[in-house]
Amino acid sequence: MLGGLLVPAVINGLALGAIYALTALGLTLIYGVLHIINFAHGSLLMLALYAALFLYTLGGVDPYVAILVLMPAFFAAGYVLQRLVIQPAWHGRDENVLLVTLGLAIVIDNLALWLWTSTTRSIDSRYAFEVVDLGVAFIPIAKLVGFFGALAFGALLWALMTFTDLGKAIRAVAREREGARLVGVRVEHIYAMTFGIGTAMVAAAACLLLPTFYVTPQVGYAFVLVAFTTVVLGGMGSFPGALFAGLLLGVVEALCGLYLGESLGQIGIFVVFILMVLFRPTGLFGARA
Amino acid sequence: MLLEVDGLKAGYGLVPVLRNVSLQAGPGEIIAVLGANGAGKSTLNRILSGLLRPWEGVVRFDGVDTTGADASQMVAAGLIHVPEGRRVFPNMNVRENLELGSYRRGRQDRARNLERVFGIFPRLKERVHQLAGTLSGGEQQMLAIGRGLMGNPKLLILDEPSLGLSPLLVEEMFGLISRIREEGPGVLLVEQNVVQSLTVASRGYLLENGRVAMEGAADFLLNDPELKKAYLGL
Ligand SMILES: Nc1ncnc2c1ncn2[C@@H]1O[C@H](COP(=O)(O)OP(=O)(O)OP(=O)(O)O)[C@@H](O)[C@H]1O
Ligand SMILES: [Mg+2]
Repeated sequence: MLGGLLVPAVINGLALGAIYALTALGLTLIYGVLHIINFAHGSLLMLALYAALFLYTLGGVDPYVAILVLMPAFFAAGYVLQRLVIQPAWHGRDENVLLVTLGLAIVIDNLALWLWTSTTRSIDSRYAFEVVDLGVAFIPIAKLVGFFGALAFGALLWALMTFTDLGKAIRAVAREREGARLVGVRVEHIYAMTFGIGTAMVAAAACLLLPTFYVTPQVGYAFVLVAFTTVVLGGMGSFPGALFAGLLLGVVEALCGLYLGESLGQIGIFVVFILMVLFRPTGLFGARA
Repeated sequence: MLLEVDGLKAGYGLVPVLRNVSLQAGPGEIIAVLGANGAGKSTLNRILSGLLRPWEGVVRFDGVDTTGADASQMVAAGLIHVPEGRRVFPNMNVRENLELGSYRRGRQDRARNLERVFGIFPRLKERVHQLAGTLSGGEQQMLAIGRGLMGNPKLLILDEPSLGLSPLLVEEMFGLISRIREEGPGVLLVEQNVVQSLTVASRGYLLENGRVAMEGAADFLLNDPELKKAYLGL
């Protein structure tokens, strides 16, 4: 009986999984270079969702167009956050940074709650009800855009890291800080650039997600937990790992939702996570950085 | 003078390492800095390249007071430090390592310098796509020097470039240092191979107890009875 729903569920899962992957790419990039776990990642996603929402409801800006505004804005915010808040608190102790990002998450989330209340909001864009017939299933256009958009941004990030001097400097700093200084890389600048790029990825994910999702001040938590799982599953610091794990978790969630009921969808993700930690703690792809 | 160091004092925490060091290097000159283990040679190099700040003293490079300048500023000015322990990027391939050598300086000459480095180290050319972390120690040393040359150095600091190399490769390395100098940059050479480094250098400095204990023309130092006794066991 559920057979006919299987294919659409998998496709929906891949669409959500691509967004997980994009969120996780930012997280894994920051981890790989700064060796810190950014607990504020989910809160920044939530802020980006609200930003895209208000751009749409107040300014009539299409969420996909908002990417052009929000990515640079969030990049800049991430850069400044790292330079002015996180870096000064570091003092060479990673646990300081952990506490700072956790504190930031709490402040941002509560500020959002105070400003925008806990009302669940969403936008009724013209994409929401438009579907395409893929032959095997009808899929909302917005989900397709989200899927391919997330993959495209993932590819863009990969190209940046592979072909540009900035990307090479980021990879150099990740593994050999002193060597990087010796070729004239300003390591503190690269830290902030990395944080900015990771935050920009979150903004892109938010814009791609908004047409098919909702916003509350707590929405970041669900995402950041899945993003952490994605990062661990893919192997801390691994790009291909994060991509694969994100897609996998999206499908796992969709299938659990299908067979166990909508509200239990995320259970599967945490079962995968626990199995992973028990049997293969280095992740599917091992550590790259 | 290309490099002028005057009255340098430095250390780690409260522990002094350099108590009073002054030295000079002219453009295109090779100078040797000698000294026992722990004498402070690498500490001196770290100060010159902006990795470490001195407590006191003045560093002038290429006519500019660069005391306290950071590493990126020193690279931009043309002082390039090939460190003890190589510090190549293990997660990146040979080509990417070399390309990063021209991250701050010499970017417009990248393609030309890449060919030049491959000419000097044909072995690197054979291994362009190999990850630096999987190169042999000697190959990593070549890569570290090649990466330094990518930035069009005016002064190249080489900290124990022959460390861990087989005798044959050590010979080759010293041949290379003379060759590098013919191409323009001055070289500040830190070495344990006292005789060989004083053979390629025009002048030498001997560090002892954080001070310059002896300095002079290379052949003068080579024939100094005290230095012979202390460092060559003769
Ligand atoms: N980061 C550091 N913190 C504390 N002390 C240090 C540090 N680096 C070096 N030292 C100390 O400073 C002194 C000089 O070290 P340095 O590395 O400059 O010696 P060196 O002349 O290069 O020796 P070698 O020939 O063995 O390389 C040593 O006593 C060393 O233990
Ligand atoms: Mg040393």
